[in-house]
Amino acid sequence: MLKLPIYLDNNATTPMDPRVLEAMTPYFLEDYGNAASRNHPFGWKAEEAVDYAREQVAKLIGADPKEIIFTSGATEGDNLGIKGVFEMYAQKGNHIITATTEHKAVLDTCKHIEKQGGEVTYLQVKADGLIDLKELEAAIKPTTILISIMWANNEIGTIMPIREISAIAKKHGVLLFTDATQAVGKIPVDVNKDGIDIMAFTAHKMYGPKGVGALYVRRKNPRVKVTAQMDGGGHERGMRSGTLNVPGIVGMGKACELCMLDMEADTKRISKMRDKLENALLLLEEAYVNGSREHRLPHVTNISFKHVEGEGLLMGFNKNIALSSGSACTSASLEPSYVLKALGLGDDLAHSSLRFGLGRFTTDEQIDYTVKAISETVIKLREMSPLWEMYKEGIDLNSIEWAAH
Amino acid sequence: MAYSEKLIDHYQNPKNVGTLDKADKSVGTGLVGAPECGDVMRLQIQVDDATGIITDAKFKTFGCGSAIASSSLATEWLKGKSVDEALTVDNMDFVEELNLPPVKIHCSVLAEDAIKAAINDYRVKNGKEAIKFEESVVH
Repeated sequence: MLKLPIYLDNNATTPMDPRVLEAMTPYFLEDYGNAASRNHPFGWKAEEAVDYAREQVAKLIGADPKEIIFTSGATEGDNLGIKGVFEMYAQKGNHIITATTEHKAVLDTCKHIEKQGGEVTYLQVKADGLIDLKELEAAIKPTTILISIMWANNEIGTIMPIREISAIAKKHGVLLFTDATQAVGKIPVDVNKDGIDIMAFTAHKMYGPKGVGALYVRRKNPRVKVTAQMDGGGHERGMRSGTLNVPGIVGMGKACELCMLDMEADTKRISKMRDKLENALLLLEEAYVNGSREHRLPHVTNISFKHVEGEGLLMGFNKNIALSSGSACTSASLEPSYVLKALGLGDDLAHSSLRFGLGRFTTDEQIDYTVKAISETVIKLREMSPLWEMYKEGIDLNSIEWAAH
Repeated sequence: MAYSEKLIDHYQNPKNVGTLDKADKSVGTGLVGAPECGDVMRLQIQVDDATGIITDAKFKTFGCGSAIASSSLATEWLKGKSVDEALTVDNMDFVEELNLPPVKIHCSVLAEDAIKAAINDYRVKNGKEAIKFEESVVH
């Protein structure tokens, strides 16, 4: 029996894997020590658990355990990584390069830096959501200290050419920071092969708990340092003070271990379902995939259904299917997704988009149900849409003078 | 955000979806909103010339659930009303009836604008002057 509601919003957060919960449980009730308590078995056990988790996390990304700084999540990691470099390398320069499709945690951090006297270049992306490498290289100046480009986009799943970006950064002696929140655990990430200097990621996007993440900070070639953003006990090699969230860290470690074990099989199964979903929905007229289909996470698709509005569409089934839309109406801002607009999509198409994020626990049956529910709702709403009627009559919607609002 | 039952019912079972002949002199058409804003409402009324009563009303809307529900409700309210009575429908009437949350107030304004636009279209077609309305402030 199909159980409702169906969860297809795994880019927002993932459910926890029961094996992760199992690993965490003892650290709430029995082994609840503070990892910084050096003088008794409770502390020793906690520290041992953290050390083990640090190894699990490091292994997934090909890092040394000493290079892992535990944080509260990717937003903190983005802040610490970017602001930390800006402050630590102030003598070298004040210029940062990023892209317009970055997560708000990166963009708002960059805006903050601009207020502090920093200079930020925001690269535009091409229609496929990828940056132009030539533009990136051209933007580098003597004062550039950091390139901050996300590994994979949270709305459209596009994967940036991270190795090529890294090569450019290295050539010019600039550090590379990447927000890899959506990538780690989903696709192979190797900080050495991929040439990453600093990288933020989080547990709750890979079947781990919320409230815990990690910042990878390179220790060799080059040795990177970031200025702490919180004052306190000097935990995590002085870069991130605060009592370690031991159960969370244990959960993140376990989640990383499972991702490593399951990645290949998960990817194969999930991408097959994603393709099935996408192909079935593209049978609808005037449905378009947003962003590159070639350079894309295996579990994500973002589709615009022209002439129906995203939130109106979601309302047709959101009791039974959990999804996100790039429509303005799903947020209080009334602005449609800035990521979709950055691809060059008109506001109308941006308003008409749905984001699908499949996951480890998605089933074929859920996909079949989703295809049917969405197709029916799109057809029903188009029957109600004046834009669809005009489109069908061959009226050019751009020729109409819309009342400005 | 939880919507009222009335709103959900109008969304799921919208009343009076359709198209009237906009070339017909007894039909007034109001098209308001813009695709870029995520809402376009088309409201049409058919008026009995002799009595000035709205005998039929139809809508088509591109927009969120609140916009669809507001326009469906508008058609229900308009049928049987005289054109003059229709002019008294206020956006807050929609807010109250559908219990629209603050972020959806603009849907009610759009519905009110659509009614006024349809009435003006009917008036102009029949040799009367368009009524000048104050600009709506929300949006």
